[in-house]
Amino acid sequence: MRNFLNVAPTTVLVLVLLALTLVAFGMVRSRAMASVGGDSRKLHSLPNYYGYNAALFTAIPSLFVLVAWLLIQPVVIQNAVIEMIPQSAIAEGSSVSLVMSDVTRVANGLDAAVQAGAIDADRARNLSSNDTDVRALLAESGVALGSDVSPEVLAAAQRYRSMQGTGRLLMIAIVSTIALAGLLFAFRVTTEKFRARNMVERFLLSMLIAAASLAILTTVGIVLSMLFETINFFKLHPWQDFFLGTTWAPNFRGDSELSILPLLWGTLYISLIALLVAVPIGLFAAIYLSEYANGKVRAFAKPLLEILAGIPTIVYGLFALLTVGPFLVNLFGRGENGILGVDWMSGATSVLTAGLVMGIMLIPFVSSLSDDIINAVPQSLRDGSFGLGATHSETIRQVVLPAALPGIVGAVLLAASRAIGETMIVVLGAGAIARISANPLEAMTTITTRIVSQLTGDTDFASPETLVAFALGLTLFVLTLGLNVLALYIVRKYREQYE
Amino acid sequence: MSNKIKIAARNVQVYYGDNHAIKDVSVDILDKTVTAFIGPSGCGKSTFLRCINRMNDTIAISSVQGDILIDGEDIYDSNVDPVQLRAKVGMVFQKPNPFPKSIYDNVAYGPRIHGLARNKADLDEIVERALKRAAIWNEVKDRLLAPGTGLSGGQQQRLCIARAIATEPEVLLMDEPCSALDPIATAQVEELIDELRQDYSVVIVTHSMQQAARVSQKTAFFHLGHLVEYGETDKIFTSPEDPRTESYITGRIG
Amino acid sequence: MTDLPDHTQPQRSLLQQDARTVKRNRAEKRFKMYGIVAIAIGLLMLAILLVTIVGRGTGAFQQTFLTLDVQLLEAKLDKKGDRNIEDIKKVSTFGYAPLMSAALEAKVATLGIQTELKPKAMADILSKDAAAQLRDFVLANPDLIGTSVEFKFLTNSRVDGYMKGRVSRESIANDKNINAAQLDLVDALHAAGALQTQFNLSFITGADASDARPEAAGMGVAMIGSLFMMLVVLILALPIGVAASIYLEEFAPKNLLTDIIEVNIANLAAVPSIVFGILGLAVFINYMHLPNSAPLVGGLVLTLMTLPTIIISTRASLKSVPPSIRDAALGVGASKMQSVFHHVLPLAAPGILTGTIIGLAQALGETAPLLLIGMVGFIASNPPDSIASGLLAPNSAMPAQIYEWAKRADPAFYERAWGGIIILLVFLVTMNAIAVLLRRRFERRW
Repeated sequence: MRNFLNVAPTTVLVLVLLALTLVAFGMVRSRAMASVGGDSRKLHSLPNYYGYNAALFTAIPSLFVLVAWLLIQPVVIQNAVIEMIPQSAIAEGSSVSLVMSDVTRVANGLDAAVQAGAIDADRARNLSSNDTDVRALLAESGVALGSDVSPEVLAAAQRYRSMQGTGRLLMIAIVSTIALAGLLFAFRVTTEKFRARNMVERFLLSMLIAAASLAILTTVGIVLSMLFETINFFKLHPWQDFFLGTTWAPNFRGDSELSILPLLWGTLYISLIALLVAVPIGLFAAIYLSEYANGKVRAFAKPLLEILAGIPTIVYGLFALLTVGPFLVNLFGRGENGILGVDWMSGATSVLTAGLVMGIMLIPFVSSLSDDIINAVPQSLRDGSFGLGATHSETIRQVVLPAALPGIVGAVLLAASRAIGETMIVVLGAGAIARISANPLEAMTTITTRIVSQLTGDTDFASPETLVAFALGLTLFVLTLGLNVLALYIVRKYREQYE
Repeated sequence: MSNKIKIAARNVQVYYGDNHAIKDVSVDILDKTVTAFIGPSGCGKSTFLRCINRMNDTIAISSVQGDILIDGEDIYDSNVDPVQLRAKVGMVFQKPNPFPKSIYDNVAYGPRIHGLARNKADLDEIVERALKRAAIWNEVKDRLLAPGTGLSGGQQQRLCIARAIATEPEVLLMDEPCSALDPIATAQVEELIDELRQDYSVVIVTHSMQQAARVSQKTAFFHLGHLVEYGETDKIFTSPEDPRTESYITGRIG
Repeated sequence: MTDLPDHTQPQRSLLQQDARTVKRNRAEKRFKMYGIVAIAIGLLMLAILLVTIVGRGTGAFQQTFLTLDVQLLEAKLDKKGDRNIEDIKKVSTFGYAPLMSAALEAKVATLGIQTELKPKAMADILSKDAAAQLRDFVLANPDLIGTSVEFKFLTNSRVDGYMKGRVSRESIANDKNINAAQLDLVDALHAAGALQTQFNLSFITGADASDARPEAAGMGVAMIGSLFMMLVVLILALPIGVAASIYLEEFAPKNLLTDIIEVNIANLAAVPSIVFGILGLAVFINYMHLPNSAPLVGGLVLTLMTLPTIIISTRASLKSVPPSIRDAALGVGASKMQSVFHHVLPLAAPGILTGTIIGLAQALGETAPLLLIGMVGFIASNPPDSIASGLLAPNSAMPAQIYEWAKRADPAFYERAWGGIIILLVFLVTMNAIAVLLRRRFERRW
């Protein structure tokens, strides 16, 4: 954490800002009162608004700059320091990012050593690898390094430290100046005529807008964070193989085959089975609950079914791995000892295992969406059908369901998008073997499981084996986004029709 | 006007939960006659209408006591299937409610579920006859496969009438069939009702006294769940016997 | 019925059902049956799931302990005899093992149990964590050195499994961790009352343990990790979500920006959670260099994930406040902002709170994004000692801990995973119950 924010100075700065804000509130409020000789009726706004105004002007711009500084400074420093590392300093099999992490470790180690009193600040600044064993020095203060420190790395680390120190000083100076300027401005404008409330409200409104815009920022963040790494991936790995290849076989020799097709196949196959389970059950449950069930049955069965939706996916994952999988093996595997006496299934993880469990998870999702949609079909259509002598089921099948069809299609698409993006059930229940096969009793793997496996454990963000996860993530995002947009569009059109 | 009694109601009571909506109503409705139910809002006229084809069955809290006989058969007898009853007693609703299907499928819906047609040609003929009977054939014959919801309000209501008569009912119940229509469409539907009288016993609920006077031969006045007065339409409107009827007709209540 | 006049002759009698109606009614019954079957399947699945969880998880709350009288020999634990805690700390768990072993031998001898096992093999029925347990106890109570104390030792997970029926004499044929002679000893100790299976609080409060000692693993530290994450989510998601909802519901003009925000929120609500994990990894860890596995990062990711849920429910509760309230406030000369903050927001507060709790419950059970920011794959052994370390020091979270146990090969860990699920579900049920109660208590019909 030390390389992100030096906690102590930043905390102090924040506390100072808060204190300044309180001071601003009190000072400006009393100035406003003084300007009208203590008769608050003569003020344009209530006295507190003058105080709020000053507090906002003091705190918000300065805090904003502070946060922005903390976010940007590491990147600026990193870029500056990277330039100092010559190509020759990068050892065989290493990379710039590995050297950079050495640099930050040395820098942080020096910080720690200074703090622990192992060396004084001046010496740390002028340390050179020729006259001191930096590695041993740092080891004394608890920082273990993998190798000896090269002169380039040491120089870079010292540059890193000095830039960080300067940056911190600059940050403190600039942020405090902004806060004081805000305070001064609020103080200056405060007169009896000043419309403090309007100012405060405009300020508040812009904060509300900022909060609402976070949604856009998140989406942009999602897209950008995956897009850049995906571009990096395609620089290292041919896109033809990713989209058109048929084999998924990452290895660390550098000739990995990383094709999305087998993963996409596993994903879609499992989702299909899940939908085959969830759609009929969910739809019929919704039909029964909305058309036949009386109030009591509805009040009993509907919340119970919805419990299935509230259970975390990790629970379903465990259920798949430890209960459903072994049950299916007993049923379809084990030869003579199995229930069916066949030997079609060898391990607990399979497409069917994950698909069945995911289907159970999606039942309430499909049923509550369909329930809403069936209820939106106007009663007059049902009356019309009953009036003609249709039975209830004829009315449902021939009038209600056709009328609700677009909405139900939308619900199924949403469920499909859920199934495609589901992670825990497939991580635990589907297996890890990438293959394109039609046998649902075989283990297969999905996009989400591969994202998890490529991004956990030892990751090297310079290798295609790691970066491929971002390309997979982007594909997944685009896929689910497309389904969602389509589904939401269909459902909205459907609702408008009956409004 | 025929003198045969098609529907006979005796001491009918309807409850919606605790609410006593119809109080002791007895009435004889004639065949090949238009009978109008009039009365202020909430007087029970629609409720009583919905008893005649047991549409109230679809509301869980309602209960009906007393007897309603059609052709001498008690329609609340446990042997009677409401599905069969409703084939015999068609209904047209307040708001036009064509199904989101083609015009053809709307009309063919009843005959299909009741199995009235032996083949496609049969069905085509039933549809055409119903549409002609409902005086809408000329307007839709070129676009039978267009959605029924695309028609104008008046056309939709006549389509619903065609849909109701396609199952060859003997009684036609109409629940304020013109309340959602403009005056021109209303006139067309009223004309149609007058023609339908030749084959059916038509019962129409209306809140418009003028309409009742125009289309019906018999009128029943409902007030607060009671059947106050029932008789020849002319007589009800010119010399009512009950003071409540007179107040309503002269506009003092309702 | 005597006064009924003439009737027309019925063309087709209503009193007899024709063949077609009979057939149609059968179809009707069948159709209705499909619905009942569908609901029954759904409820059956729920029942199976819950029975499985309870059936397989309750074992984790019980553990088999062996009660022994241990001589805390001063010569071994505190050679100087001055009870200097620093000196006592220098004695590692290896110093305690012989004491345990001796205590077990003494116990076996007193009870008169015949066994051919060597002392070392006898001691193997105890947990690999037992020595550490004893050491922790002594470090907490240095005064007891030199005395004899009665101490409950954790037994090996195989012994525990044997007592619970998970391990049988047949199933240990190829198990190097235990043999039949040791089980004989266990049976004898159990018969004598020294070995008991009882409630195990440390499963709830304790830390995770390494692969070889499932009997010592607990959920406590992961719970603290989850708690810190939920704190971050609450502190960030609630104000931001409410602010965004107020803007969209009360102030936003109908323009392109508003439309874009609306579409964004609707879609973010349906983005797979793992994508938020990728975002967290790329932005918070790789770009901002926040520490791996930190609850702060987990909290930030879950905040972004929960925001759409909170915004959607908050907007629904703002919408349910009738416009007449706003008009009344505006009518007495309040500004729009005042009418919202003084009147609308307080009236919508219960609904907002309910939505927030449900959003938090969702976040609490979420696992996938936590895998990517490194909250699994290590042993969360130490509870954090301050708020800063609670936020920034590596930790696990409840669902991540369950996943971690599910991945380990030893079936003893599976039992703990199921047990962990029970704890997680208790939290979720409580949160949802609070939400339901809030809704019931404050629900307003306008």
